[in-house]
Amino acid sequence: MSTMTDPPKADFRLSMLINDTRYRSLTFQVIAAVAIALSIWYLGNNLIQNLRAAGLNISYSFLGDPAGYDINQRLIEYDSQSSHARAAIVGILNTLLVAVLACITATFFGVFAGVLRLSNNWLVSKLMAIYVEIFRNIPVLIWILIIFFIVTAAMPAPRAYLGEQAERDLVLGLFAFTNRGIYVPSPFFTNGFGAEGGSAVNWLVVIAVLILSHFATRFVNKNAQIKQEQTGNRPNTLLLNGLIWLVPLVAVLFILGLSWDFPDPLANRFNLRGGLQIGAPLIALWFALSIYTGAFIAENVRAGIQAINKGQTEAAAALGLRQGRIMNLVILPQALRVIIPPLISQYLNITKNSSLAIAVGYADITATLGGITLNQTGRAIECVLLMMLFYLTASLLISTGMNIYNASVKLKER
Amino acid sequence: MSDQTTNSIAFVADGTIPPSPPPANETGVVKWLRDNLFSNFTNGLLTFASLVLIYLLLKNTLPWFLNGIWQADSLAQCREILNGNVGACFAVLTERWHQLLYGFKYPGDAYWRPNLALLLLLVAAAPVLFFDLPRKLLLFTVVYPFIAFWLIWGGTILVPLVAFLGCVAAAVAFQKLGKNSFAAGFFTAIIVALVVWNVGGALIPEGASDNAWLSAVPSRDLGGFMLNMMLGVTCVSLSVPLGIALALGRQSDMPLIKWVCVIFIEFIRGVPLITLLFVASVMLSYFFPPESTVDLFLRVVIMITMFSAAYIAEVIRGGLAALPRGQYEAADSLGLDYPQAMRLIILPQALKISIPGIVNVAVGLFKDTTLVSVISMFDLVGMIRGPILASTEWNGVYWELLGFAALLFFVVCYGISQYSQWLERRLATDHR
Repeated sequence: MSTMTDPPKADFRLSMLINDTRYRSLTFQVIAAVAIALSIWYLGNNLIQNLRAAGLNISYSFLGDPAGYDINQRLIEYDSQSSHARAAIVGILNTLLVAVLACITATFFGVFAGVLRLSNNWLVSKLMAIYVEIFRNIPVLIWILIIFFIVTAAMPAPRAYLGEQAERDLVLGLFAFTNRGIYVPSPFFTNGFGAEGGSAVNWLVVIAVLILSHFATRFVNKNAQIKQEQTGNRPNTLLLNGLIWLVPLVAVLFILGLSWDFPDPLANRFNLRGGLQIGAPLIALWFALSIYTGAFIAENVRAGIQAINKGQTEAAAALGLRQGRIMNLVILPQALRVIIPPLISQYLNITKNSSLAIAVGYADITATLGGITLNQTGRAIECVLLMMLFYLTASLLISTGMNIYNASVKLKER
Repeated sequence: MSDQTTNSIAFVADGTIPPSPPPANETGVVKWLRDNLFSNFTNGLLTFASLVLIYLLLKNTLPWFLNGIWQADSLAQCREILNGNVGACFAVLTERWHQLLYGFKYPGDAYWRPNLALLLLLVAAAPVLFFDLPRKLLLFTVVYPFIAFWLIWGGTILVPLVAFLGCVAAAVAFQKLGKNSFAAGFFTAIIVALVVWNVGGALIPEGASDNAWLSAVPSRDLGGFMLNMMLGVTCVSLSVPLGIALALGRQSDMPLIKWVCVIFIEFIRGVPLITLLFVASVMLSYFFPPESTVDLFLRVVIMITMFSAAYIAEVIRGGLAALPRGQYEAADSLGLDYPQAMRLIILPQALKISIPGIVNVAVGLFKDTTLVSVISMFDLVGMIRGPILASTEWNGVYWELLGFAALLFFVVCYGISQYSQWLERRLATDHR
């Protein structure tokens, strides 16, 4: 039995605060806490003095005041008498709109260019390399401006489509490409909810039906899978799934009375009326963000595909799979695990870069709350804080959602 | 016998047959074309589509580029010279050359100063970028920020001199005390520097800048591509040490330090740079003492530095995480304390791994300096969108100006990324 005793208890000396590892981290944290508290006190004190000198206070009541400015591109009802808060919500929705659109198209561009860059066609792979290098090395702000000027300078004014003897006809009788944006037919509901069927509830109903169809098809596929595992034959679910998607959708659209509002060249002498206008700033921002971020995603996709061992391709070929099925069944599912984490940060980048909307006058949250509202009310601190709060929340939500997805495709190690 | 052989057998090979050349379509250009462009039907189709695309691009841009007018006073005059033909009006570049590079307020007789500063920047950056150069050159790198400040802003030489002396005093204090205790040396160095700066600042006479050899230029007169370069270089070089500190703080065992760093990094990474620039332009001045005027350039530098430091911290955290646990334990077993272990064992390896990532952040940051045009600073894009396109002479010359800006950024960013790839190959000492 060993006779270990505690070391003799030394008296506490002041130098132990620095030299003794038992106390050192505590000392440093206390110093840090004091330093942080002091700087917060200093900055806060400056803030209070400056605000008092300027005769300001921190108050969010301005959000209820009428905004007094118009927003062209909007997803919900808004006019100049609406409040600043509503203008901010219009901005938030616009930010989300362009972010979602750009994420979808950027993924498309990125996968397209990334796969083609690995093509064994020399010319195609070099073209894609040039695309990636050019777009990655030039600031996105310059791309947004260039595409904005292409849209506004290279397209005709709406005037060209007007009147009986118009210079140009509507493309396919449906679309008008003008320097103010693209006019497309807009859907609306004749027997829907809300006044004249104009309520957003209609769209929620349609989306709900689509979600139900999605779950129904998942159920069908699961049953097919069980059957396949039991008998070895997979029942053909293509027709059933097609019906599950189509029939409820057609039914609900029919019940709500879907009809289309076409751009009308004859309704007005000065501008195109009717249809849905996708403004030039939205197009510029959407296209520039997707093609710029697409170049980054292309590199991620290429890296992901190259990370898959060549033996996988050869093994799949040895099993007798065709080229397309090798890609779909063997390479891409594995590459996806490598691609998704950087893809998450690219989606976050798109959301954050959409704040460049202010350069082309697209009314996103930065342009409404951080631009016009800030300048009109002079409430700089409140506006900037609210803006940051929104972006932080959005970033957090996107990364949480994508991380859940990432966890679901991750290699399940047993 | 032999007679019969010679008569009945028509041919006897008396040597090896020389190798015949491969069939014509299995060599040279034809073979290459078949392998790389027309290996099957789909590939042929892709090649054809690419050729059409290239043709369309060249058909639309080449005449425009080749017919470009380089000498004219206004867009109207350009159109007159072109006489209805398609052509670019590059005259805007020659006429507004100085504005594009230096902004519209920088004094014309002082253009040599930023030029010289850029030249010296190359000299100062060389020993940092290329390890084979003599280490003595790093001395110049240390002095460079003060020279550059003096060259670009002008005014009395006493200001950068006092700043330099403060740094030297701090370095000496750290050398003396930092050997025994890193913390003691570090805090003494800060105090010594503050004392020297305050005393020196008080000693500089009022109006010393009025008749200085280099005339003083206020920050708001800086502009053009020079501003982009200055913001990029300053913020990257300031944010690397800050990023290292944040990354180490995030790994720290002390909960308070760790959480402060985590919140700072995640907050900055969650918001777009534009909102931080808004903070710099409209909000930050509320946090400075009343009656102090901190100019916009400095406020923007503070915010961009914080922004890129957060991203660099994440890159370095990746490098720290990639080091095997054994390295930390080895340092502990040698009896090194935390600063020594970090300085001598952990950071050299972690930084080596993170260099490509840091360079990526630097390229991104340099591109992002164009965003300052949104808060009405006249950088290259700000000059184009503001004074040049708004002038009556050049209203409507979009492509030439934006194309020029794109070209400048492309050259710099592509150069940096090529350097990064070279460095990655150079540093790949393992897994040969």
